[in-house]
Order: sequence, then structure tokens, then C-alpha cells
Amino acid sequence: MKKTLFDKIWDSHVVESIPNGPDILYIDKHLIHEVTSPQAFNELKERNIPVFRPEQIVATADHNTPTQDQHLPVRDLLSRKQLKELSQNCEENDITLYGLGHPYNGIVHVMAPELGITQPGMTIVCGDSHTSTHGAFGTIAFGIGTSQVTQVFASQCLLVEKPKKLRVNVNGKLKKGVLPKDVILYIISKLGTNSGTGYFCEYAGEVFEEMSMEGRMTVCNMSIEMGARGGLIAPDQTTIDYVEGREFAPKGADFDRMTAYWEILKTDPEAEFDQEYSFEAEDIEPMITYGTNPGMGIKLTGSIPVEGNKSDAKALAYMDFKPGEILLDKPINYIFIGSCTNSRIEDFRVAASYIKGKQKAENVNALIVPGSQQVAIQIKEEGLDKVFEEAGFTLRQPGCSACLAMNDDKIPEGEYCVSTSNRNFEGRQGPGSRTILASPLTAAATAISGKISDYTLTLN
Amino acid sequence: MEKFITLTDTAVPLDDENVDTDQIIPARFLKATDKAGFGENLFKDWRFDKNGDPNEDFVLNQDRFSGSILIAGNNFGCGSSREHAAWAIKAYGFKVVVSSYFADIFKGNALNNGLLPVQVSPDFLHKLLISVEKDPEEKFIIDLQNQFIKIEGSAEKEHFDIDPYKKTCLINGYDDIDFLTSKLEAIEKFEQKRKAIEPVPQETL
Repeated sequence: MKKTLFDKIWDSHVVESIPNGPDILYIDKHLIHEVTSPQAFNELKERNIPVFRPEQIVATADHNTPTQDQHLPVRDLLSRKQLKELSQNCEENDITLYGLGHPYNGIVHVMAPELGITQPGMTIVCGDSHTSTHGAFGTIAFGIGTSQVTQVFASQCLLVEKPKKLRVNVNGKLKKGVLPKDVILYIISKLGTNSGTGYFCEYAGEVFEEMSMEGRMTVCNMSIEMGARGGLIAPDQTTIDYVEGREFAPKGADFDRMTAYWEILKTDPEAEFDQEYSFEAEDIEPMITYGTNPGMGIKLTGSIPVEGNKSDAKALAYMDFKPGEILLDKPINYIFIGSCTNSRIEDFRVAASYIKGKQKAENVNALIVPGSQQVAIQIKEEGLDKVFEEAGFTLRQPGCSACLAMNDDKIPEGEYCVSTSNRNFEGRQGPGSRTILASPLTAAATAISGKISDYTLTLN
Repeated sequence: MEKFITLTDTAVPLDDENVDTDQIIPARFLKATDKAGFGENLFKDWRFDKNGDPNEDFVLNQDRFSGSILIAGNNFGCGSSREHAAWAIKAYGFKVVVSSYFADIFKGNALNNGLLPVQVSPDFLHKLLISVEKDPEEKFIIDLQNQFIKIEGSAEKEHFDIDPYKKTCLINGYDDIDFLTSKLEAIEKFEQKRKAIEPVPQETL
């Protein structure tokens, strides 16, 4: 039978299928962080169950961590307690932890790929919905709840029903200034936030084939925002080149052996999908969101749809926007470039290339937060830190930061923030904050002009 | 896990689409390291204004509605994977959430905590919402064994689907951890097999 990439990886990880029920799916890598693991460790302790495969678990501290003075004790007592519990739990259970201050520390979905922990053909889970990011490598990677974190601790497996298969094709050439973030915001705006529910989504077509690994991660990251459990892209030479030489990637003969395997991980030409959508790259323009879910997106120069239901009206009331309104020239006081969606080196390179030689507008607070210690080092090595600092941007230390505002990085009530993160939910960046999702280039251009502006007009 | 077989109770209507888990339990309450206390922060920013006073417009603050069934709009529980959302709904006292669509991770989290997600058609959801608005004393019957939801005082009834394995778990109060730890031998055998053939030869793909 012809199989999709998703079938190939899933089927090779099924320990057993329960008749009329879920599969027992074997998990290659389990990533954990401080927020969704403490109750799982407690449950194990209460039931007197040991961690079954501690060597297949990697922990990092990211959601709660401060982005300033990381060498000092964490000031927020609850955060400090949660981080301390993570350290204790990892130590008691022989789990590798890249905690605050460790050179490998970072947002879980940034550090694992850059260390070569994420490799094609794997099954990867984490108690975090944006685990879908790792699908960029041709993995089955998805977010799980804390009960499932406990299941994986106890058995290295999950009981899960196999999702249906969806394919999104984007062919053609992207216009200049259109970034991977625009591609995924466009797809979600067209399909809606629950279009992917019950599906695993494969992204295919020239646009993804030509995209960098960083770009593919941005796209797969937001698969969850259309409701899909995960998104994946077939591994190719771009993937292999990215993985090669990374800290935990296979080396020498092992690498060659694995590469031969990765190269055959592709959807068979006649394999069938349960649902399929196709878009043309030429139709995609820089995007921004106007509402309180990531599906409420329009092109940067577009206007807010006039027709909507009760929930849409509630969203517009929260954002203080009106149907038909154009967001171009809207004054903005905050921008945030960071989060597991857009905090990789490529994101900072593209932002810096626009910012270089310019000054941020006086009214704007511009927060730049790298996704990992390694990205922070790259920023310095490439001299991007100077570009940001000279332009008046604030460069912080790595972490999830103002994406979900579990640390001190919050957007004040009523303020708008053009953010490269993944969610514009009510209060996501702090109680009463108003989030406008966009690419790093849109965020950079907004910071410079102090208002939402059409940067494509100034691109050479 | 608590058993769930059947429930007859009044309901609370939350007629809003795409309710995300950041609203169900805002991120700032995720710093707890145990499962207790999430009920008081359920829908915190919708339930209370910034001074901490109850927001009279929000349905959980309206005395006419009560009961352990939450009837919510389409695409309930989207967004973050935080199981804290299911814990908060359960801790507040709800035993069932009805919607015309549930986000996958939320649905799984609810089932793993004995909170029953009942997915109905958009038409039937509309009927339920009208019914509870019209008469907040109206009771609803949720029968897991026979997989139906019924408006007690009328003939309106709809079948709902549930994974048979999950149904058995809920009815008996089992959970997945009990099941998986009984399978460790098979899992070890699988690991050996995988090691021997890794990378998996093309013909087995």
C-alpha cells in the first residue's frame, strides 16, 4: 500500500494496536520543561513507578525564566520553586537538564533542533503544544498533556489514536519580503483555527522545499494554531545539512547510515490524504492578525473583514478595532521578536538587516529575545547585538519571555504589541494586552516607524 | 480516576467560539507544582475585573445558572496543551463539557481526568443553548454507556461518539498509566526489534 510520510513514521513506532482503540506509540525523545512536568513527577512518586527510559528524556527551563540577570536567583518565588523542582526531579531520576545558565539552555523547541537532539524519522513529544515545531525535520512531534507526560515517563509510550492525514501544498515563488511566518499566517487565515483538528498536516510544494530549516520550523510550529496535532515536512538535503555536525547528531558511519534512511522518508507519489488544500505562493503577502485567535489574519495592507459572528465582534471589542478598519499606520508602542516561532538566528538576521543604520521610533519599546544561549552567542558573533543596541532595541537573555508572559516580560494592559510569537489570545502577553501577530520583518519595521507600515515599499 | 457512568444535571451556557486554554486558565496560574487550587482561577480574567470584583456579565457569575455541565461554543479548548485547563474545569465542579468541536489536546486531557467531553452537532448544540437560556432549571441527561445526551423535559436527544477504549476507562475508573505499565514487556521487545533493524529497511516502511 502507498504510504504517506506520516504513515511511515507512525507505523514503524506502533508497539501494539488495541482493537477498536488507540495505538501504543513508541516515543524516541521526550522533552520536558518546568511548567507541565511537576505534577507528572508527583504522580509517578505517588504510584511508586520509576522513570522507564531516563536517557531518552531531555529537560530545559524556559517558560518561567527571567530574561535579565539570569546569573542571579530567580526573584519570583513561585517560578523559582517550579525551576527548583525541575532540577530536583531531573537529578532524582537521572534526566539530563539544561537549566538556566547552561550553554545548551533555551526554549525547548529551539535548543533541541540546534543540538541535533531532533532528527528525522523520530517520534517526539513534549508537554507543550508547539512541539509541532520539530516536524520541520520530518518527525512526528506533538504536544501532550501532563497525564501523558506521566505515561511517557512510565512506559516511553503513549496511548494515542492515529490522526487523519492532511496535506497543504504551496507552489510557486514567494514575493520579495514574504517570510515563512507570513506563509503560515496566510494558511491559517484561509483555513481557520479548527481546520486541522484531528489531523496531522504535511506541508509540501516548492515553497517548503526551498525554505530554510528555520523557516520550516516557524511553519510547523504554528500547525497547532489551525488545530492540527502536528505538521511535518519531508527531510531533504537541507535537513541533512542542518543536522550534520550538531552536538547530538550521529557521526561518521552512523551519520551515513541514518542519512540513507532519512532520504527514503517521503510520501509515496500515489499515497492518499484524508484532506488536501493547495495555495499559490504568488497570492501570499506579508500578514498581520487583527483579532484574538491566530486565524484572524489579513494582509498587512488589508482591512478587517466586515462580516463576523458574535465571537468575532467580541474579539474586535477586545482589540478596540472596527470592522473594515485598515491597520496600516496604526501607532504601536511595543514589539517583541522572540518565542519558539521566531527566535532563531535567521529571524534576528532578517530583522537586523532591516534595522541596520536606522533608529527605533521613540514611542516604541522593542524587545529582542533569542531562543537559546547558542542563538544569543550567534547574535554576538555576527555583530547583530550592536545593530540592535545602536538602533535602541533591548536585547535580552533567552527564554519564552513575552510570548506567554509567565516571567516579568509583560505587555501592559490596553497596549498593542506587534509580536512574532504564535498566539494573540486575550491576555496572552499579560492581562489586557493586545497582540498583533506578524513576522520579524514586520515587527522590525513597526519598531522603526512607530506604526504598522508597509515595509515592502522600501525593499530594493 | 473517578468513574463516570451517567449524569443528570442542570447546565451553564458559555456561548462563545474558539475558547482557548489561556482563557480557561491564564498562564500566570501555571506556576503551581501540584494539581490543587485551579478551580478558583477558572476563567479568571472573564470572571473578575481588574479590581478582583466579579464581572456580572460573565455566565459563571449569574446565579440563575448552575450545575455540573458546561455547554460551550464551537472549537472549545484550542491553544496551549496545558492540562491545567482540564484540572481547573474539573476542580470548579464541572463533570461534562459539551461543544460542537473540541481541540484535540484538550479533549485528551479532559478524558484523562474523568471530565467527559461530549461532542454534538452544531444544530443540537444550538438547541441545548436555547433550552438552558430559556429555562436554567432544565436538566440534561448524559448517558455514557448508551452514548447519548438528552434534554430531560423534551424528546430532543442526540447520540455522541467516544473512543471505545476511553469509554471503558471512564466507566471503570481506569487510566492509561495502569494500562501502559502492564505492557512494559511488549515495549521492551519492541525496543530490541527496533534496535536490530534501525534504520528501518525500506520494505518495512
